[in-house]
Amino acid sequence: MANVKMSKKATSIDMTAMCDVAFLLLTFFILTATAKQPEPLPVDTPASTVQTKLPETDLATITVGKGNVFFDLKGKEVRKRTLELMGQKYGVTFTEEEASRFALMEGFGVPIQNLKSVIAMTSSERNRAGVQSSIPKDSLDNQLADWIQNARLSNIEVNDKELQIAIKGDAKEEYPAIKKVMDILQDQKINSFNLVTGLRGKDF
Amino acid sequence: MAELNTGDSGGKKGSKKVRSKKQNSTVDLTAMVDLAFLLITFFMLTTSLSKPQSMDLGLPDKDDDPTKNKDVKVDENRTMTVLLGDDNKMMYYMGLLATPKVAPKNIAYGKEGIRKELLKQKQGVIQYTGNKDKGLIVIIKPSKKSNYRNLIDILDEMAIVDVPTYAIVNDYSPEERKLIGEGGADSTTPAATETAAP
Repeated sequence: MANVKMSKKATSIDMTAMCDVAFLLLTFFILTATAKQPEPLPVDTPASTVQTKLPETDLATITVGKGNVFFDLKGKEVRKRTLELMGQKYGVTFTEEEASRFALMEGFGVPIQNLKSVIAMTSSERNRAGVQSSIPKDSLDNQLADWIQNARLSNIEVNDKELQIAIKGDAKEEYPAIKKVMDILQDQKINSFNLVTGLRGKDF
Repeated sequence: MAELNTGDSGGKKGSKKVRSKKQNSTVDLTAMVDLAFLLITFFMLTTSLSKPQSMDLGLPDKDDDPTKNKDVKVDENRTMTVLLGDDNKMMYYMGLLATPKVAPKNIAYGKEGIRKELLKQKQGVIQYTGNKDKGLIVIIKPSKKSNYRNLIDILDEMAIVDVPTYAIVNDYSPEERKLIGEGGADSTTPAATETAAP
């Protein structure tokens, strides 16, 4: 009887320490993970084998999909200042509260005249399809160019660094739409930018 | 395995009761540890993999004044022109279109298609020039019908094959347009924008 019990006990391990470590690590990873921001314009980025990561700060992302263009900017202070500059240029005044809401918003794609109403919406309302269309980018009303210009100015003012531009295009997007955005960038003498891509296996 | 405790089975014998009380204090942690490690793996992978990848692209200065745009003369034997067409088609030729070293032909994307050709031509050009610094020059011409994936794919090939110089050029000659099957002449394409890879 006693013999049987002994052999049973030999297979058991004390897992308390392991469990402690596991949960410690788990807590660490949960706390350091950042929640994925919802995207107002979901795009399917093409894959590439290039491994360079996008910078975390001083970055503006131009999302191009289905002919529409959305703009996103990193950094709260930079966003506030950019909004202020854009407001001055287009004669739209934003209140302090609107500015701080805008600072926490994700990317947007509306003409600045409609931006006020988008800021007032909740996050889920904003991301509903059809609510936001696109930032005007044709030659008559080139707001995209102004957004980029002002974002660069603000970033230099706030962070004292040149803003990096990333283009996030949908894989099925036709080349002229991407080229149009590149041309707008080149008109501002931005000749170096990042193209956001997905990950592809090494053996491609 | 840690024991699972079900209390004492019967408690018939008084002497066993002491032991069973001791066992009561252990809990089976296996499932908990399993779960914890599963979550750890999940969070580890999502934190490092969710960062988007990006590809650097440098374009040369573009001047609105066309007289300031200098044409760069290169040896036509070193150039390979890649035309990106619609429907994921691609066509390439070496040298000048009028007197091609390799006549225009369709080629597929990927390992078996363009990459083999690029590697072959890269070797060939270095042999031809006899100078390591004067390698292959690839001119990428995306047509209006090509999509963004095609552009990224070909830029990716450039990175994989390590082509020393490549350029994205937007102007098409009428012959090239015919080759790629793009009808209608429009001359809205601005001056060539060229990329010099570092």
